Amino acid sequence: MKILERNWVKQLLLIIFTFTIVQILIGLNIINDYLQVTLATICINIILAVSLNLITGFTGQFSLGHAGFMSIGAYMCAIITLRMPTLTGFLLGVFSGAALAALVGFVVGLPTLRLRGDYLAIATLGMSEIIRIIFLNLKITNGAAGLSGIPQFVNWFWLYLFTTGTVLIIVHFLNSSHGRACISIREDEIAAEAMGINTTKYKVMAFTIGAFCAGIAGALYSSYFYFIKPDLFGFLKSIDVLVIVVLGGMGSISGSILAAVLLALISTFLQSFPEIRMILYSLALVAIMIFRPQGLMGSREISLAIFNKWSSLFASRKGRV
Amino acid sequence: MPILKVSKLTKSFGGLTAVSNLNMTLEQGELVGLIGPNGAGKTTVFNLLTGVYKPTSGTITFYKDGMEKELQGLKPYAICKAGVARTFQNIRLFKDLTVLDNVRIAMHKNVKYGLFPSFLHTPSYQREEKKLLDQSIELLKIMKLENKKDELAKNLPYGEQRHLEIARALATNPSLLLLDEPAAGMNPAETAQLTELIEWIRERFHLTILLIEHDMSLVMKICERIYVLDYGTLIASGTPDEIKSNERVIKAYLGEDVSNA
Amino acid sequence: MEQLFQQVINGISLGSIYALIALGYTMVYGIIKLINFAHCDIYMLGAYIGYFCMTRLQFGFIPSLLIAMVLCTVLGIAIEKIAYKPLRNATRIAALITAIGVSLFLEYTTMFIASPNVRSYPPMEGILAEKFTVGGIVISMQQILILLITIVLMLVLQFIVRKTKIGKAMRAVSLDGDAAQLMGINVDSTISFTFAIGSALAGAAGVLVGVYYNSINPLMGVMPGLKAFVAAVFGGIGIIPGAMLGGYVIGLVEVLVSGYGNSMYRDAVVFAILILILIIKPAGLLGKNTREKV
Repeated sequence: MKILERNWVKQLLLIIFTFTIVQILIGLNIINDYLQVTLATICINIILAVSLNLITGFTGQFSLGHAGFMSIGAYMCAIITLRMPTLTGFLLGVFSGAALAALVGFVVGLPTLRLRGDYLAIATLGMSEIIRIIFLNLKITNGAAGLSGIPQFVNWFWLYLFTTGTVLIIVHFLNSSHGRACISIREDEIAAEAMGINTTKYKVMAFTIGAFCAGIAGALYSSYFYFIKPDLFGFLKSIDVLVIVVLGGMGSISGSILAAVLLALISTFLQSFPEIRMILYSLALVAIMIFRPQGLMGSREISLAIFNKWSSLFASRKGRV
Repeated sequence: MPILKVSKLTKSFGGLTAVSNLNMTLEQGELVGLIGPNGAGKTTVFNLLTGVYKPTSGTITFYKDGMEKELQGLKPYAICKAGVARTFQNIRLFKDLTVLDNVRIAMHKNVKYGLFPSFLHTPSYQREEKKLLDQSIELLKIMKLENKKDELAKNLPYGEQRHLEIARALATNPSLLLLDEPAAGMNPAETAQLTELIEWIRERFHLTILLIEHDMSLVMKICERIYVLDYGTLIASGTPDEIKSNERVIKAYLGEDVSNA
Repeated sequence: MEQLFQQVINGISLGSIYALIALGYTMVYGIIKLINFAHCDIYMLGAYIGYFCMTRLQFGFIPSLLIAMVLCTVLGIAIEKIAYKPLRNATRIAALITAIGVSLFLEYTTMFIASPNVRSYPPMEGILAEKFTVGGIVISMQQILILLITIVLMLVLQFIVRKTKIGKAMRAVSLDGDAAQLMGINVDSTISFTFAIGSALAGAAGVLVGVYYNSINPLMGVMPGLKAFVAAVFGGIGIIPGAMLGGYVIGLVEVLVSGYGNSMYRDAVVFAILILILIIKPAGLLGKNTREKV
């Protein structure tokens, strides 16, 4: 887990640099409205994919319910900002949505995370469906018609902030002893327990952190696309995120980011052919699993060493923390 | 001074009794062997001692720093935290992780930083991590695995994998170490090396060791006492000489050759 | 009281459908430990094949039913050979993801070819349109037929599993695939056969649903599939009587919740049952717990 660790000054510069470049491109309308939508989709998908990867790729807990957490964040944020259409309202919406999603993740995770593999998968699927049905029937969520006219606060700044924030936090977590504890659960749960790791605690921890981040993604979604309804957050959405994680490589953060970008671009390209898109998606899914189940990156990360070759400025030792 | 007292330990799976009424005492610093034919229940005993199985009845008492602690019913991680570590018969290394990570993970219980420092990589976090790294590398040096620290565990040769299993168990800072067939699959030269290693780590880390083994040369050489299990019951216990000449043991397990050795 | 009996009759019909679908899930899981997400789409395709037979080809009910069963059998075997066999030694997650992929492929291809719109089965005539009134309760011939056909199919299944060589092979492979192979059992054909039977039953269920509920659409399999899967888990995944029991329980629960409680939440109740059974007794009502050897 040695992604971008060395020298935080360089990291900070890179982060600010990327932000500024894109902001300029937006200002110049090179990244026009249409592309901005793609950009927003990419950012939201990155948050979703990285957080699902934490749960499924790194901790080995197969969750098919990620969309459920996203919807909690989306609805909380929408409901709050509709009543409090200020910046404070927005931030309150984001964090309370994420917190609620985390709480649900914790409460559901505690009893269900002792299930293995497929059983856990369907339990999380069931949980996500229950959440969707609840939202379909509550008055405050306006049922099947959904909520529209949600105040839009999300712009490139907020997207970037939250995306880099969640990615950094998750990467830091994974590089720490707590993160390693989670990874050991994926490797061999029984051995991990024997080495003193409270596997239940760490499974629930990963699940809760993942749920929190998915909640943030949901809140960003509702405040950017200004319309949400329960069917947007069904099983198909959970599958969408899973495809990104699998394509990128379960156990690779940079893989998830890469795949999120790739799939958002493909999705935009195929927008006029929704059924064909799904047919190709599903075929790709089967093909990846048969021919390259480790996805693009497997469980490796892109290392900054690539830049060694053409810039001494970015010279990073091959040292690992 | 005893470190472990097992009293009337029984484990039944439905109609099958795997371990029946086992009584065992380990004194601090001892090197004790647990032998018996395949299926006798030896690994089941280890699983009971480390919390993988819950006993059907009986008690397991662990003594440390003047305090006693009942281990039965505790989860494996709690038993590890109490000071009991084990290796596995079939090697359960974290195969796709590096040698270094395998050991570092086992040091997890010593980690002092909480969740939020780990999110933010605060200076105090970074100091702790450095300490952890240094301690892990120290241990690897002692176990002669330091030059392979970045190698994936699955790529190590078999003998070194077994060494790593032991190193990882040692990383949890145990008082009692349970070794499950550490010499399985080793040739006589490797077994001799292992024999030295076991005696050496006992000294170095002030351990009490309970050892399951089929290789009698190893058992008879280093064990101070031996317990013999057959069909889940204790059929004999004593010094190697006593066991060698015990008729019941000869009949059940050893055969004539070893007793005449 | 009449209301209750009426609901029970409806529940039994629904339960029969769930049981037929659940059997496929449970048999496949029992033999290769895979949740065949595409199974519900075979059910959907059965309905479409039946529709095609009855409208375009003007076949009667029974011929359409049989054709659907046969074609679904072929489809099930094909899917296993193409998509699942290569992954027999892969991780469970990989196999599950593949199954999801196949399911999506079937759904969206059908949507593309046959349009996502709802289609209606032709109204039934003659004996199939009859209804009886007993006491204050209405029972339709279709409901009787569904129950009858389901019972016949389940009896046939039981016979195959308990009394034939291939059935024994199925049981052996689900207990220990390697040992079965060492005993000379052709594991590949046994697995194909399992998929075949499961798919045939699902195809039959599809046609029955088309006749009974009248409307079909490419995504009609998703919800019933999930609920049938809950039924299989509830009764004990991998256990054939468990799927039958589970199917009827879930069918009855759904109809009763709909009738007496809030029909909005009836789906949620089924999922809640799933989560509860997974927490309380994951092996299901008729299941036994197995241990991992350490």
